[in-house]
Amino acid sequence: MRNAQPLVDALRKPETVLSLDRRGWTELISIARAESLIGSLAHRLTNIEVPEQVKPVLKDAIQTTDLARLQALWEADSAQRALVPLNCKTVLMKGTAYVAADLDAGIGRSIGDLDIMVARDQLPAAEEALLDAGWEWVKPDAYDDQYYRDHMHELPPLIHRERDRMIDVHHTTLPLTAGPTPNAQAMLDASVRLDSGLYVMAPADMLLHSVAHLFADGDLAGGLRNLWDIDRLVRRFSESGEEFWAELGTRAKLHQLVPHLARALRLAVRLYGTPVYKYRAGQTKFTDYLYIRRLLARDGWGRETRKFTRQAFYIRSHWLRMPPLMLMQHLWTKWRKA
Amino acid sequence: MAGLHHLYLTVGPARFRVASTWRQPLDQLAALYKDYPASSDGYADFTVRLEPEKPWRRYIRPSVNISGDYWLPDAAPLPLSQSLLAAEMGMNLQMALGWRRHLLLHASSVEKDGKALLMTGLSGSGKSTLSAMLAEKGWRFMGDEFALLNPDTDMAHSFPRLISLKNEAIAAMQSIVSEGRFGPLMRGTPKGDIRHIVPPLEAVRKMADTAKPALLLFPRFGYDPALRDMGKSEIFVRLTQASTNYVALGESGFRALTKFVDTVPTKAMDYQSGEQAEELIDSLWSQLP
Repeated sequence: MRNAQPLVDALRKPETVLSLDRRGWTELISIARAESLIGSLAHRLTNIEVPEQVKPVLKDAIQTTDLARLQALWEADSAQRALVPLNCKTVLMKGTAYVAADLDAGIGRSIGDLDIMVARDQLPAAEEALLDAGWEWVKPDAYDDQYYRDHMHELPPLIHRERDRMIDVHHTTLPLTAGPTPNAQAMLDASVRLDSGLYVMAPADMLLHSVAHLFADGDLAGGLRNLWDIDRLVRRFSESGEEFWAELGTRAKLHQLVPHLARALRLAVRLYGTPVYKYRAGQTKFTDYLYIRRLLARDGWGRETRKFTRQAFYIRSHWLRMPPLMLMQHLWTKWRKA
Repeated sequence: MAGLHHLYLTVGPARFRVASTWRQPLDQLAALYKDYPASSDGYADFTVRLEPEKPWRRYIRPSVNISGDYWLPDAAPLPLSQSLLAAEMGMNLQMALGWRRHLLLHASSVEKDGKALLMTGLSGSGKSTLSAMLAEKGWRFMGDEFALLNPDTDMAHSFPRLISLKNEAIAAMQSIVSEGRFGPLMRGTPKGDIRHIVPPLEAVRKMADTAKPALLLFPRFGYDPALRDMGKSEIFVRLTQASTNYVALGESGFRALTKFVDTVPTKAMDYQSGEQAEELIDSLWSQLP
C-alpha cells in the first residue's frame, strides 16, 4: 500500500476491512500505529468480525487507551489540585478535554501531554504553583526558554519529576507571532464547567481550537488524527443543528479562523465523510489536493512518504508562525547552536 | 522510495514482519530461524524496519536505523555488519513497547516437568548464559530475553528467540554447542562482542507449551557460591524494574506480579562457574514441592 487510505476507509466505514487479506491487515495496523489512531480504529471495529490474529492486537489497543484515559484524568486532577490556590479557571484542552467531557473524540484516543489554558495574567502564578507541586522545567536552554516566554502561546513545557508526565500551560491557542489571533479571553469566558471543577471550551471554541491545532500550529504531522478529532466533534456538536453552525461561524470570525475552519471541514468531508454545513466549508480549492496528499503520506510499512511534500509543509509551518525577519533570526540562532 | 526486502517470523506467541533495505540481515535471520514455524499468510503483530539513517548511508559506511511500529527516538544506528543485532533489537523493542497480552519480565527461563525456572538480574549477571547452558543439559529453553507471564492463567509462555551471548560467554558456549548453531560473530557492538546461537530444536518445537513458574533466581556472577533469601517487597520492586510493560498493564499487571511474588519461591544466587550454578539450582529444584 502506497498511502494511508486503508486507515481512512476503515475509520470512515468499518465494514471496508472485511475485504482485507492478512497482509492488508498487517499494513492497516502499521499505518494506524504510526498515525496514533490504533485505539480509535480498535473501537470502530468492535462490531466487525475480524480475523483471530487481529483480535488481540485490537484488544491491546483498547486496553492501552483505557489506561491512557485514566492517566490523563488523573494528571488533570493533579494539576487542578496544584492550581486551587489561584482560584482561576483551568481549561482542559485537546485529548484530556475530550475524555473529561465524555466526547466521542476521546474514545480510543491516545493522549500524551496534559494541555491546559489559564488567563494570561495568571501565568506566573500558575507556573510557580506547578513548580511547587513537583513539576520541573524541561528546556535547559536559555534561548529556547526565552523564545517560549516572548513568542509562544504557552509556557516552556514542564515535566513532573515523579510521574514523568508533561504539562503544557497555554494562555491562548496559537503562537503570538502567528497570523490569526484567536480571542483567548472570549474562550475562557465561554468555557464550560465540569462536575470536577475543571473547565472545557464551549463546543464551537473546542472545534476551532482543534482546527487551529491542525493547521496553524505545525506541519500537519499527526494530521489524520487531528482531522479525526474534528470529524468526531462536528458529528457530536452538529446534533443541535443550525444553532451550532451559526455559533461556529460567529466564533470563527471572532478568532480569525474562518478560512482555516472552512479548509478543515472540506478535508474532513473528503476523507471521513463528515456531515457539514456546506456554507461553512466553502468552495473546494486546488490546494486542498496538496493537503490530502500530505495527510495520506504514509505507506503500508508505516513509513513516512512524500518527502518533498512533507518538507514543503514543514517550511510553511514555520512561515505561518513567524514573520520573515524573525524566522531568519530564529533559524540562524538554531543553526549556530546545532 | 526505496523498496524493502522482508521476512515473516513467528517466535512464541508473537509474529513479526522484519523489513530491511539490505538483504544481509534477512538472509542471516532466515538461516538462523529456519526451523521456526513458517508464517506465510502475511499476518504480523509487529513490523520492524531496518533502514539507512540517511539515503546515502545505504551505500557509504552503511548504518542501520532501527524503527517499526514502536521505536525510541534516541536509539543509535548500528553498522551494517551488526544488522542481525539490529533486527533482534528491533523485535525486542516491539515487544517491550507494544506487547500487552502478557506481563513481560526481562528474564531468562527454562522448563522441566512442566515447571519453569526464571532468572532475572542486571546485564552481566549471567542469566542468558545460564539458560543457554541448562538448555544443553536436559532443560527446555524458553527464552533468554523476556519471560511472558499470562495474567489470566499465571502460566509462563515461551519466547525462544536466538540466544544472545556476550563476550566471555561466547567461548564458554563454544565448548558445548556445535558450530553449526552459531550466528556470525559481531565485534565491538554497544554491548561488546555478540554472537547468537540457535536454541535447541526441542525449544523451537515446543514453543507453544506453557509452564508453571516454580522458582525465581536473581543470579550474580563472580562471588563465592551462596543462596540468600530476599524480602517480598524487594523482590516486587526489582521485578517492577525488570518489567518493560508493568505500568502499561495497569491493574492486571499489579495483580499478576503480586501473585507471582506471593507464590513463587525466590532466591538470590551467587556463583563463580557454570558447574557451581548448576549444583545450586539442582539442589533448590529437588526441594521444590
